[in-house]
Amino acid sequence: MPQPRTSKEISGMGHSMKRKEDPRFIRGKGNYVDDIQLPGMLYMDIVRSPFAHARIKSINSEKALKIPGVLAVITGETLKQYNLHWMPTLSSDTQMVLPVEKVMCQAQEVAAVIATSRYIAADGVEAVEVEYEQLPVIVDPHKALEPGAQVLRTDKKDQKDNLAFHWEAGDRAATEKVFAEAEVVVKEEIYLPRIHVASIETCGCIADFDKVDGHLTVYMTTQAPHAVRTVLALVAGHVGLSEEKIRVISPDIGGGFGGKVPVYPGYVIAIAASVVIGKPVKWIEDRMENLQADSFARDYWMTTEMAAKKDGTMLALRIKTVADHGYTNASANPSKFPAGLFSICTGSYVLQQAFTEMDAAYTNKPPGGVAYRCSFRVTEAVHAVERIVDVLAQKLKMDPAAIRLKNFIQPEQFPYKSLLGWEYDSGDYPKALKLAMKNIGYDELRKEQAEKRKRGELMGIGICSFTEIVGAGPSKTFDILGIKMFDSAEIRIHPTGKAIARFGTKSQGQAHETTYAQIIAEELGIPAAHIQVEEGDTDTAPYGLGTYASRSTPTSGAAAAMAARKIREKAKKIAAHLLECAEDDLVWEVNKFTVKGAPTRSKTIQEIAFAAYTNHPQGMEAGLEATFYYDPPNLTFPFGSYICVVDIDRGTGMVKVRRFMAVDDCGNIINPMVVDGQIHGGLSQGLAPALYEEMPYDENGNNLAGSFMDYLVPTSMETPNWETDKTVTPCPHHPFGAKGVGESATVGAPPAIANAVVDALSHLGVTHIDIPITPERVWRILKAKGVAQ
Amino acid sequence: MSMHKIKVTVNGAAEEVEVEARLLLVHHLRENLRLTGTHIGCDTTHCGACTVLLDGKPVKSCTMLAVQADGREIRTVEGLEQNGKLHPVQEGFWEKHGLQCGFCTPGMLMTSCALLEQNPHPSELQIREAISGNLCRCTGYVNIIKAVQYAAEKQQAQKEAAHAAA
Ligand code: FES
Ligand code: FES
Repeated sequence: MPQPRTSKEISGMGHSMKRKEDPRFIRGKGNYVDDIQLPGMLYMDIVRSPFAHARIKSINSEKALKIPGVLAVITGETLKQYNLHWMPTLSSDTQMVLPVEKVMCQAQEVAAVIATSRYIAADGVEAVEVEYEQLPVIVDPHKALEPGAQVLRTDKKDQKDNLAFHWEAGDRAATEKVFAEAEVVVKEEIYLPRIHVASIETCGCIADFDKVDGHLTVYMTTQAPHAVRTVLALVAGHVGLSEEKIRVISPDIGGGFGGKVPVYPGYVIAIAASVVIGKPVKWIEDRMENLQADSFARDYWMTTEMAAKKDGTMLALRIKTVADHGYTNASANPSKFPAGLFSICTGSYVLQQAFTEMDAAYTNKPPGGVAYRCSFRVTEAVHAVERIVDVLAQKLKMDPAAIRLKNFIQPEQFPYKSLLGWEYDSGDYPKALKLAMKNIGYDELRKEQAEKRKRGELMGIGICSFTEIVGAGPSKTFDILGIKMFDSAEIRIHPTGKAIARFGTKSQGQAHETTYAQIIAEELGIPAAHIQVEEGDTDTAPYGLGTYASRSTPTSGAAAAMAARKIREKAKKIAAHLLECAEDDLVWEVNKFTVKGAPTRSKTIQEIAFAAYTNHPQGMEAGLEATFYYDPPNLTFPFGSYICVVDIDRGTGMVKVRRFMAVDDCGNIINPMVVDGQIHGGLSQGLAPALYEEMPYDENGNNLAGSFMDYLVPTSMETPNWETDKTVTPCPHHPFGAKGVGESATVGAPPAIANAVVDALSHLGVTHIDIPITPERVWRILKAKGVAQ
Repeated sequence: MSMHKIKVTVNGAAEEVEVEARLLLVHHLRENLRLTGTHIGCDTTHCGACTVLLDGKPVKSCTMLAVQADGREIRTVEGLEQNGKLHPVQEGFWEKHGLQCGFCTPGMLMTSCALLEQNPHPSELQIREAISGNLCRCTGYVNIIKAVQYAAEKQQAQKEAAHAAA
């Protein structure tokens, strides 16, 4: 890895600087939404539907309202008076805030109780009486799409079936032709089940409406505060909320992972309650509400096929997906990408043709489809391609590493135009895979596996060589509800050469306070310790679309560098004035301008900053600050190769991850310690769905994993010692060559683990197992194959 | 709802208060005493974000009533730092990047603190076992384990230094 250019004192790029946010967190002095208490604050709790589909016959609040301390019960009828009972989703569908006629999924919000304490609000919820008439339930998206199926969205006049949308990419006919003529075709039904982000902090807000001046302040667990402000102004403009009077504050966030991008009904009800009552209203959901009602992720059924030559040359990929969206399409996707960036599914390989299509269905499940630690459906796409490559290798009796090396896009082919329309910016796939193989001792592991197989022991080695697509995105194609997906930075240098910088993004643990400071330190030579980073307050931060989809470094990080360069331009003029020389005679190094050929004549950034306020050239604006809105020219394409080794217990079916080597390439690195932390976390969130987590529903639409009793977030006992390494292929179009890293590991880990398990069982004729690969699932296979002990 | 007078010593200070019988200890700490470092992450005693020390032992304060703490001693994350000096576990978490969003951190710190008081030289497996009732969604635990190891070494060094000085 390249050596840092700056000293430790400055701590620019490449330094593993200790995090600036930690001093408050290790003292218990973080400031999360639920930590905030406002004078006169009321509490809200929500009545939720026990049924997945039911008509509401009546809601009786009488008993609840008799409880001392219960002030109001809000229902759909209350909100209907203001036309706020429905709201738009991020995918331009509609979602109920509170129902007037019927509920369409279990745990859906039915009414809200406002009370003087959270305990009394909970008492109120118990006392609200709702009479339901149950309706037939559809939980299986395939059944939902069958002709003649009961139409669920009776609220939409033109909706004659349960198809939320159809989407396709690639050349269908040309792909069919390649398949028809291919020597080898492999096919698997691959299901990526519904899962949940399960950040340890749940969602919540405090809505504080000031009836006197009409200001609304919302403290909120949101990854995208500016977007929320604009959406509020758009949907509630008719009741008098005006954007300049709306302030959204996203304080410390206890993990987001995409789950804190959507605007949930609870937020809107709390806001409505505060507007009506004129007092602050706090709503904090509990874990069961969080798991059962908030946006889910994945839930894609992917029929995946690959055509190839007998020698292992890949020819074509075809994926047909049925996507379960729940009762509305609330996917958090850029507008023009209803299936997110699923078209990255051609992965790291050279192919002749590819075609993918999707039918998205409405069912009686909670809505969502959040980009759970991935850049909009990239996890699904990568799982499909990385699994099918292994299936092909198995069919051809080829080594999974060899088949990848044979078909990789080669370093000299970049920038590479993918079949489904992306321009991969840079990459060196063979290098990453070979490094991972060397680090883990691939050849020896294969020998060990052969030995063990002779003894009847089950050991598997799995590879995943993924290509990510992150940093949305270029305004040509990327917007959310029309708002372009640029992002921003604003830097002000104080007279003594210290700085404050503000951003349109919002950290939820990604260490922006540290890494953004390091970017500016690199560009201006001001010690990162003296650069204060602020985000998450729409009154002070420049406009931006927020943090998700690994976009912060590619967009706001780039904006920080560009704003700093603007400042450096002005600093140069001031330096020329101070040194009485021409600007062209100056050279910049680390933290000062020096006159060419006169090394003793120089001005540091601190001296220049002071002069900007005390002695600036006549005719120049005073001060030293800049704002930059960065519109990325392309996405960035981080990649990596992961190798996982598993051992399987023949008695219990238990899979143990013995080793996991992750080689990542995210371009130039700001803070190696933070990058490794991001990868550790991502790997753990890849391990989780691979082996443990799933959010299943029974045929009546009952959630079967609605608390941490059943939703198995891995603990320290299940999580292995992650091993990491890097290759560095700088991004050619990013100001400092970075690519975004937060999600690579969540995307890359599940197929590596699944491939390892299938590899352990491949000699038994097993070609595919759906995740989560639970002991029961494995044991049933072992039993069927007659090898269970 | 019946009200009860309780006397609880929190981070060394004895507090006498009247609480509702059903009030959870975690809400007493967070809302009455405004010690908001202790967090809430679930409703089934699984996440450990609410971990505090009750007479030196880690307990999940979401699963205990405030009245049950009557006459007992509680330590929370706010009590770790003494005389402006960070506790070795706090240092360890900062040094080793043992936290990201920080939400699980207070619970992790209290559990680690209790572990080291009871077992100053834990093995990796003992650390893993000790924190297995605390969920972290961000870090993948590896750096948390390193943080606790760092704290154990630091504590040992401090002891030796104190010994040498005496
Ligand atoms: S809040 Fe989860 S264990 Fe107490
Ligand atoms: S640091 Fe976020 S949950 Fe542990």
